[in-house]
Amino acid sequence: MGVKSYYANRPGFFATRLDAMTNGLTNWGRENSLWPYPFGTACCGIEFMGVLSNVHDVSRFGAELVRFSPRQADLLVVAGTITHKMGPILKRIWNQMLEPKWSIAFGVCASSGGFYDNYSVIQGIDHVIPVDVYLPGCPPRPEAFFEALMLLQRKIQRERAPDHDQQRIPQMAHARP
Amino acid sequence: MSAILAALQERFPSEVLATSHLRGEPTAVIHRRGVRPIMAWLRGESSERYDFLADLAGVDGQKILEARAENPGALADLGAWPDRFQVVYHLKSLSTGSRLRIKASVPETDCSVATISDLWAGANWAEREVFDLFGVRFDGHPNLKRILCIHTFKGHALRKDYYIKDQQWLNEENESLMDELGEFGENPADGGFSELIPVNLGPAHPATHGVLRSLVKLDGEIIVKSVQEIGYLHRGFEKHSENSTWTQVIPYTDRLNYCSAMLNNVAYCRAVEKLMGIDVPPRTKFIRVIIAEISRIIDHLVCLAACLVDLGALSNFWYLFAMREKAYEALEGLCGARLTSSYVRVGGVADDLDAQFIGRVRAFLTELPTALNEVLGLISKNRIFLDRVKGIGIISREDALSHGFTGPCLRATGYAYDLRRAEPYDGYEAFDFEVATRPDGDSWSRLMVRFDEMKQSMRIIEQALDKLPSGPVLSDDKRVMMPKKEHVYGNIEALMNHFVIIYDGIKVPAGESYCATEGANGELGFYLVSDGSGRPYRVRCRPPCFYLYSAFGRMIEGCMVPDAVAVLGTLNVIAGELDR
Repeated sequence: MGVKSYYANRPGFFATRLDAMTNGLTNWGRENSLWPYPFGTACCGIEFMGVLSNVHDVSRFGAELVRFSPRQADLLVVAGTITHKMGPILKRIWNQMLEPKWSIAFGVCASSGGFYDNYSVIQGIDHVIPVDVYLPGCPPRPEAFFEALMLLQRKIQRERAPDHDQQRIPQMAHARP
Repeated sequence: MSAILAALQERFPSEVLATSHLRGEPTAVIHRRGVRPIMAWLRGESSERYDFLADLAGVDGQKILEARAENPGALADLGAWPDRFQVVYHLKSLSTGSRLRIKASVPETDCSVATISDLWAGANWAEREVFDLFGVRFDGHPNLKRILCIHTFKGHALRKDYYIKDQQWLNEENESLMDELGEFGENPADGGFSELIPVNLGPAHPATHGVLRSLVKLDGEIIVKSVQEIGYLHRGFEKHSENSTWTQVIPYTDRLNYCSAMLNNVAYCRAVEKLMGIDVPPRTKFIRVIIAEISRIIDHLVCLAACLVDLGALSNFWYLFAMREKAYEALEGLCGARLTSSYVRVGGVADDLDAQFIGRVRAFLTELPTALNEVLGLISKNRIFLDRVKGIGIISREDALSHGFTGPCLRATGYAYDLRRAEPYDGYEAFDFEVATRPDGDSWSRLMVRFDEMKQSMRIIEQALDKLPSGPVLSDDKRVMMPKKEHVYGNIEALMNHFVIIYDGIKVPAGESYCATEGANGELGFYLVSDGSGRPYRVRCRPPCFYLYSAFGRMIEGCMVPDAVAVLGTLNVIAGELDR
């Protein structure tokens, strides 16, 4: 039982204004300090290195602190083709990340399989994990990634903190038989 | 007929089924029982000493046999094709430079052939790949299991009767690999270790670049045994090529070695041109040299930057990637794409250079030495760095050649072998450059060879820009080039030609050819088989990384785990090319 759920059933100042203020503050903090986990597998991974480099500089958006441990990251950037062999690993990495967490499908291969419509490539990572932003391009330019990041930030702005009583259940799509 | 084919036929009269000598490529079709004696003879006793196994691939001849069942004289240019499968060995003699293709004929029933993995270490993985994709068994192979597809895969993906979109999901965990490693150390014969700890590295590990996996056994901090698993980025390049037109393959080649996409374009288009007998105009050759060398520089920049980051030297990343962005700016102005260019065409290049591109390249060339000197200043006398790369991950020249090493990693063992010199193409014989070598074969040598090569590439680009001839950039061969728009509107022949090229694509005559180009990582070869339809019958890419990475386990034994990371970085394994 948290403070918020206590006031949730008691309409008044604390349930409305304060709730909105804390939400806004939390979201402001979250959207401007995303810690990405670069799940780079292919060409897009190389372009994601370009995103991090000094010319484009993702730190202008507060997302430069790349973590290679899923426990420390809250943004999964899937940059590259995900094959059937890689699918279970992607799912495990996503499950190891702590809430709240978001994901970006960087490039068409991650979004839809791209032009690898064949026996070994998963036709979009949304068969395996939930996706917040789909980013087209083969590979996308670094500037396109910034747009995706800003879209995600706008999405985080509108989020409401989950009720403590009801733990957010991650939307897990299971591998197709 | 060449002398070696005659000698081969004389020595093995009952095993050699047919020989041919087309496009300067001697070829022999042999019975599968002759594989081991013929390979051993060619390697050790023949006059030319074919001591380097360039590539080993499979071909499924189902459709060829079907066509010949209907019409016995069909596809005569493909030569004898007695059984369904052929295992193709591309051999090279390093002393004389000549190449030889041996094709072992394997029937569909009892689909097996003897292994040669004890003659060349590089054949080990290549045979596993043929087993995985074609289902040809290799008798006597030490570890014959799937390598690219998932371990629960049913069927064989590159067989002609496997439908390209037939997806198979992996509904369980990946292989534990303990079947390959588990027993090691428990037997006193392994060296009497007290307690070994198995540790899994990758594939989701920052130093493995996302898609490589090793399982190592540690004695304290020292790696005593390791096994590798690849295939995490197997995207079916070769299957896609068979389902595309010849031109549609070009975008797929971009994504093989995505750090140097232009080089792959050049390599593929050269192979198709060789099969068709097309000679490109001189200006195109110069343009290809320029973009190939820029790609080589970019590839080396990415390799060095990533390797130095893995070693903890982060500032070098900023210096090197700033230069990479400059190079991409130039390439982007040329073809509109940063990474995946698709700029080269069969018979030429997509568009001509302009003054802006030349200006940008010249600016890049003046700035690059400064950046390289800054990086060298940071690392070349840095005690911490030197201790981590000098004398680490050594591979001898003999081992390197046995594993099929080419490119910078082979030159780091002191062997000056560069296809731009050994088999000049695109006019490389006219350029003044040196083949960079380092004697030691350790991580330091592999890094320094790349620095030296970038300087040589800059020299080549400068010479090419100075001597750039004028003229067309596309061949005028009607089989590959679309007619000009005014001719399409003006005369019926051009209109029909335009229609045929748009509808059927380029028609490559039936035949087969192997064409090798010096890629950024080594010999980038394309073995093409055409049946005369508008689509490739088989496109086999000889990936340099595949053979480099096959030696990785051997190189890191005796190292510590952080040294293994350094060794991996210096090998520059690009997954798109490794797994295709």
